[in-house]
Amino acid sequence: MKSGEQSMVPKADVRTYYDRPVLKEPVWKWYIPAYFFTGGLAGASSVLGLGAQLTRRRSLRRASRVAALAGISASAVLLVVDLGRPSRFHHMLRVLKVTSPMSVGSWLLAAYGPAAGAAAVPEVIGLFPRLGAAAGVVAGILGPAVTTYTAVLVSDTAIPAWHEAHAQLPFVFAGGAAASAGGLAVICTPVGEAGPARRLALMGAALELGATQLMEERMGEAGEPYREGEAGRLTKLAKLLVGSGAAVVAIGGRRRAGAAVGGSLLVTGALVERLAVFHAGVQSARDPAAVVAPQRRRLLARRPAAV
Amino acid sequence: MRHPARPAHEGETEVTIFQPPADPAARAGYDEHPRRMGFFTDTSICIGCKACEVACKEWNGVPEDGLNFLGQSYDNTGELGADTWRHVAFIEQRVAAQGGGDIRWLMSSDVCKHCTSAACLEVCPTGSLIRTEFGTVVVQQDICNGCGYCVPACPFGVIDKREDDGRVWKCTLCYDRLTDGLQPACATACPTKSIQFGPLEELREHAGERVEELHAAGVDGARLYGHDDSDGVGGMGAFFLLLDDPEVYRLPPDPVSTTRDLPAMWRSAAKAAAVLAAAGVAAFLR
Repeated sequence: MKSGEQSMVPKADVRTYYDRPVLKEPVWKWYIPAYFFTGGLAGASSVLGLGAQLTRRRSLRRASRVAALAGISASAVLLVVDLGRPSRFHHMLRVLKVTSPMSVGSWLLAAYGPAAGAAAVPEVIGLFPRLGAAAGVVAGILGPAVTTYTAVLVSDTAIPAWHEAHAQLPFVFAGGAAASAGGLAVICTPVGEAGPARRLALMGAALELGATQLMEERMGEAGEPYREGEAGRLTKLAKLLVGSGAAVVAIGGRRRAGAAVGGSLLVTGALVERLAVFHAGVQSARDPAAVVAPQRRRLLARRPAAV
Repeated sequence: MRHPARPAHEGETEVTIFQPPADPAARAGYDEHPRRMGFFTDTSICIGCKACEVACKEWNGVPEDGLNFLGQSYDNTGELGADTWRHVAFIEQRVAAQGGGDIRWLMSSDVCKHCTSAACLEVCPTGSLIRTEFGTVVVQQDICNGCGYCVPACPFGVIDKREDDGRVWKCTLCYDRLTDGLQPACATACPTKSIQFGPLEELREHAGERVEELHAAGVDGARLYGHDDSDGVGGMGAFFLLLDDPEVYRLPPDPVSTTRDLPAMWRSAAKAAAVLAAAGVAAFLR
């Protein structure tokens, strides 16, 4: 925040109606940030699975494909139980609306989910390897979109802490997805074949931490929730988990114990990061000044004469 | 057959779906439709009787949502929500007023804005939220699956989920009454014509005259809110005459439909997805 800008309407001077929030806070329960985590884990696991498939790393391929199916199956459950009318979940596929990231995402999941399933099932039952290979390609190509569309979903709201994050949030989510998928594969794959998983985990952790840092710097006042209260605590915890997880994987990832500890820290860090983003949105929506102050400044900038 | 609300000019990039339409009903696919109908709420003549709140609840069968004493002047309903579709705000101000008194009492009946560019409708994944032939925005209750996306999308904090029911609810601008040639319940009940219903164009014209009248009478603070098509929601189907800044009434001073930035959001997401794919490739290169 530039100091000159801030002096125009300090947040403390904002007028409100009995301090009531201007926006409604999200009605989503913890299922939704949990889904951002499981969906991201699945999508990035499919990327890893495709790489393993193409480079003939069988254990890594198997672990990644199974992780992708587990992640996307959990996602489907989380998404349906969050609905006010779960029995109407199929209404998500009544229409395709490009103005609704949730609609686009529903169709994306409708394509990705079966692909992830068709890639994983042959691994488990040991049949139809060619179906598994074809599905693995489809899932690997759709995977990155599954990890980042959720950032558009939250950004496409009136909540300042989400909307103003729209340039960086997809990178935070992509980084977290890569770190968690890499981390889980590091745990589940023999260390000799887990090299690509370690590298993806480290690149993901770096992206997650870097994009979060950039997001906080660029957002100015709208980014305050990421530093305060519950969301602030969760953001700090996520950074700690991801940072230490990356360090453990980098140093001790070639040993079983190091892989298990480092991988677990990265997976947990990615989950906590999504919870932090979710809570930041809730805090932002609750704060009428966070909504009014930037709008008042915009008005003043457009019509300097008016007060 | 659908026709674009605004013709695409030569050389102009056609990204109209993310921009407010000139004629929302035509954008929604109605070839022939009645004039756009709306509300003009003139708060300068609101007496705070809450007849609008009561009439709305009665007609629309909106459930009781707590008989609370909020301690906020005469306001005991708080704000718009799933079970409050008209809400009368009471603001007591200490000001140097003409006529000796130093207390000013502002009263204003708030309602869904039925935006030209309605974020709730745009983000709805099921197509439950629709644009009617009158240009208003309505939830189809047999379609809504309670995903809740519209709730944080609304820049006015209007639409909300009814928890025991699971679906979202808001003002329908009495769609059922409109199709029968009646006025909305709140406008019918309003004893001072603070709530005026009619074709939006006519309401805007009349509202402009009313502001001039008030300015001539020395009420300098009178201003219109939501009457302008160039605002961040493309103009509101329900607009207001206010006597103070919008935020004093719990109205955002410069609301924007979030979907306006969707192209930029999708671009960021595409770049991030590409970075993830590239990281995937790099992870397998030795």
